[in-house]
Amino acid sequence: MKKKLISISLASIFIIIFFVFYKGLKNTNIYTPDVKINYDIPVFSANLFYLNEEVNSANIFKKDKFYLVNIWSSWCVPCRDEHPILMELKKNSNITVIGINYKDNKKNAQNFLNQLGNPYKKIIVDQKGTLSIEWGAFGVPETFVIYNKKIIKKYIGPLNEESLIEIEKII
Amino acid sequence: MKILKFTLLIYFIFSLNFLYASSEDKRNKITKNLRCLVCQGQSVYDSDSEFANSMKILVEKKLDEGLSEKQIYKYMQIKFGDWILYDPGLSKNTYILWLLPLLIFLFGGAIIYKKLIKKN
Repeated sequence: MKKKLISISLASIFIIIFFVFYKGLKNTNIYTPDVKINYDIPVFSANLFYLNEEVNSANIFKKDKFYLVNIWSSWCVPCRDEHPILMELKKNSNITVIGINYKDNKKNAQNFLNQLGNPYKKIIVDQKGTLSIEWGAFGVPETFVIYNKKIIKKYIGPLNEESLIEIEKII
Repeated sequence: MKILKFTLLIYFIFSLNFLYASSEDKRNKITKNLRCLVCQGQSVYDSDSEFANSMKILVEKKLDEGLSEKQIYKYMQIKFGDWILYDPGLSKNTYILWLLPLLIFLFGGAIIYKKLIKKN
């Protein structure tokens, strides 16, 4: 009886380990971290793209208003793909689109906006890339929907038609 | 008196150097425990990617602001989740990770102990 119990438990342990590895090895090794939302926006002061003056986050983001913060760069190809979506969102008066220009050359960024249009009400310059990390981003493009100074939705990668509908529903 | 002054000056210079080294050591220690999210199997310390380089600057900035090592880990955890840490602390998501080896060790120990008692 005792021997039987030991062999059954050994067999079940082996089966569990087998399934854990079987499932684990089939998983993709490209890991995307959890999309963390509902945390406060960072407090920062940074330079504006056009005016070249320093601005505080408290002066940009007001309570009871929706904002869309988009991290972009002229060298980022997916940013070009999502640009029409941002231009579409610009037309919506319920939301203000703010851009964070990530590690970019000013001239190239200006050309990018001249060519595709400027959807942003304000553009913040993030030359070192640290501000984007403070927002919880690890690449470009990334987009955040903000309400009451809290991040309520986060998009990793370019926005598409689906995300546009989702954002319009939120606001 | 001159010798004393000279010795004190040397000591002062060396202590400054020590302070500098310790803050760099701290930065290195922290970045070694942070995972580079855009690389595969590399820490922020090892990586030279855009993300890792910005992360190194941010860690330094946070240290300058007076945040402790634990506070920096907590800050990163809030932004990116447990995955950012190579050495995650004990939480409800990591109970199995931390307690399973201990349970297996105790279970194995109990089996060996029982067998030894039986033999004697």
